Amino acid sequence: MSSSVVAETEEQKYEQFMERINRGEQIEADDWMPEDYRNALIKLISMHGISEIMGALPEKEWVPKAPSIQRKLGIMAKVQDEMGHGQLLLRVAEDLLKPTGKTRDGIMQDLFTGKLKFHNVFHMPAPSWGDAGLIGWLVDGAAIITQTNMLNSSYAPYSRALHRICAEEVFHAQHGESIIMALAEGTEEQREMVQDAVTRWWESLLLFFGPPSSQVGKSKQDITIKYKIRPKTNEELRQAFLTKYVPRILSLGLEIPDPTIRFDEEKQEWIYQQPDWSKLKEIMKNNGPKSQERLNLRRVSYENNAWVREALGQIS
Amino acid sequence: MSTNAVEMTPAHKEALAELLFQLADDDFLLSYRGSEWLGLAPHIEEDVASSSISQDTMGHAKMYFGLLEELGYGKIDDLAHGRSAKERKNSILVERENGAGYYMETPRYDWAYAVVRNYFYTLAKKVKIDSLKKTTYQPLAEVATKVSMELFYHHIHWRTWFTQLLSSSDEAKERMNKAIEGVMADFGDVFSYGNASQSFKEFALIEDATVLKQRWEAALEEVVKALHIESPIIQQPDRNGRLGEHTEELDRALSTLSEVYRLNPSVPW
Repeated sequence: MSSSVVAETEEQKYEQFMERINRGEQIEADDWMPEDYRNALIKLISMHGISEIMGALPEKEWVPKAPSIQRKLGIMAKVQDEMGHGQLLLRVAEDLLKPTGKTRDGIMQDLFTGKLKFHNVFHMPAPSWGDAGLIGWLVDGAAIITQTNMLNSSYAPYSRALHRICAEEVFHAQHGESIIMALAEGTEEQREMVQDAVTRWWESLLLFFGPPSSQVGKSKQDITIKYKIRPKTNEELRQAFLTKYVPRILSLGLEIPDPTIRFDEEKQEWIYQQPDWSKLKEIMKNNGPKSQERLNLRRVSYENNAWVREALGQIS
Repeated sequence: MSTNAVEMTPAHKEALAELLFQLADDDFLLSYRGSEWLGLAPHIEEDVASSSISQDTMGHAKMYFGLLEELGYGKIDDLAHGRSAKERKNSILVERENGAGYYMETPRYDWAYAVVRNYFYTLAKKVKIDSLKKTTYQPLAEVATKVSMELFYHHIHWRTWFTQLLSSSDEAKERMNKAIEGVMADFGDVFSYGNASQSFKEFALIEDATVLKQRWEAALEEVVKALHIESPIIQQPDRNGRLGEHTEELDRALSTLSEVYRLNPSVPW
């Protein structure tokens, strides 16, 4: 190692790091990075990864119940993809966690103790086959918007994982849309199933993108933007979602449970009824409608299979 | 000599359908049991891998149901979702629950049971598929060739789990041995053809069950010998799924897997 490198102060390293970020360069796992960058990434990516895994649970109910062999195959593959995304992301998080000594088991324990959050939509009930379709169509649709926003993230391993994930999410949205179309064009009972799902999920879809910046002040949103992990704000993403999906929902003859929603031509933005943000706070404390049930399912399977993981470490 | 559906006598067609129902129902139910495991496997990597196997297996069931549809037995989804337990021809082994508890509540699923059931079943399936490559019904021989390509990987996957867990901790060995017992208690009808042995032979649809059973035992013997455990022996069944004799576990499975279908079986979903 050359003496000039040794002599570099933390401050110089930070400056060089910021120069790289500002030039649009990407950072690799073993490059020097400031602690708050690493921490922001760990928080973001482990939450993203664990959300993919928890996200398998609301849809899981509908995998064995899907109404035809084709749908059974489709939704099984879709939920499998979510698990696969979880795996890709947790591996990215595991590399970032290496200096801290934390492992995947530590990530799971953080989930169980409530230290690590999972995405708000996965705390919600999915009581009908209509919900299974809607999750694919609109929840994955929303996920595509937030993930596309980070495709060129300054952290290269995350960016690479997202490229793969987004490609698959497009199939998921098509899978969901196909279920929704079949229901929307079907019997009255089937149409009701979709309408109920839209009504049930609307508020969660707005909450999905997180609060607008002004409501939270100095948030992780600002850090992620400063470090070019993501370019757009929560509100910009929500607006993009509304622009893409409001016309599609209406064109299927479905109603949005917000009579005030409209596009303001002058301001060039959607005006809509604010969701109840206190619900998001409750969910973040794992007090959502299905939070405990889903955590229980994950915990049961983790504890139930502990012997297998132990056995794998002892193969003679 | 190969045959096709047009030149078949009613007795020939009936024998063929009987075999196809046995094959289809086996794969369909086992894949269903696999789909209940989704999201609950011992680690994420295994979740992804075994879900691929369940999807392949469901695809195999679909091909057999497809052949039945061509023969005029009804539509694929009605055959898969609409038949009562009495009409099902699957073996008891594939209808067994994965363990205690409903898959959305507090499932205490047993991974040792999953490994042994899947490994022993896959090996039996392999023996059957190898025989079906030479069946006189050409469309089934073609399906067997396709299934065989995927089955190659399923077999390696489950054999790896089987040998690894039996070469590991005392707890794992104990659980695996218990699972072998449980699986073998239900293995009696896996190679049974129900009442159709004679007609399968007459139309040269598949080799004799006794021959296939011996091949299965011989193949397994090599693997278990290296693990220093006793060779499992297939017993006579107490209850024969091929004759429509089933457990309540099948009733519960059918009620779950057809829950949405039954809301309206006559419309597209």
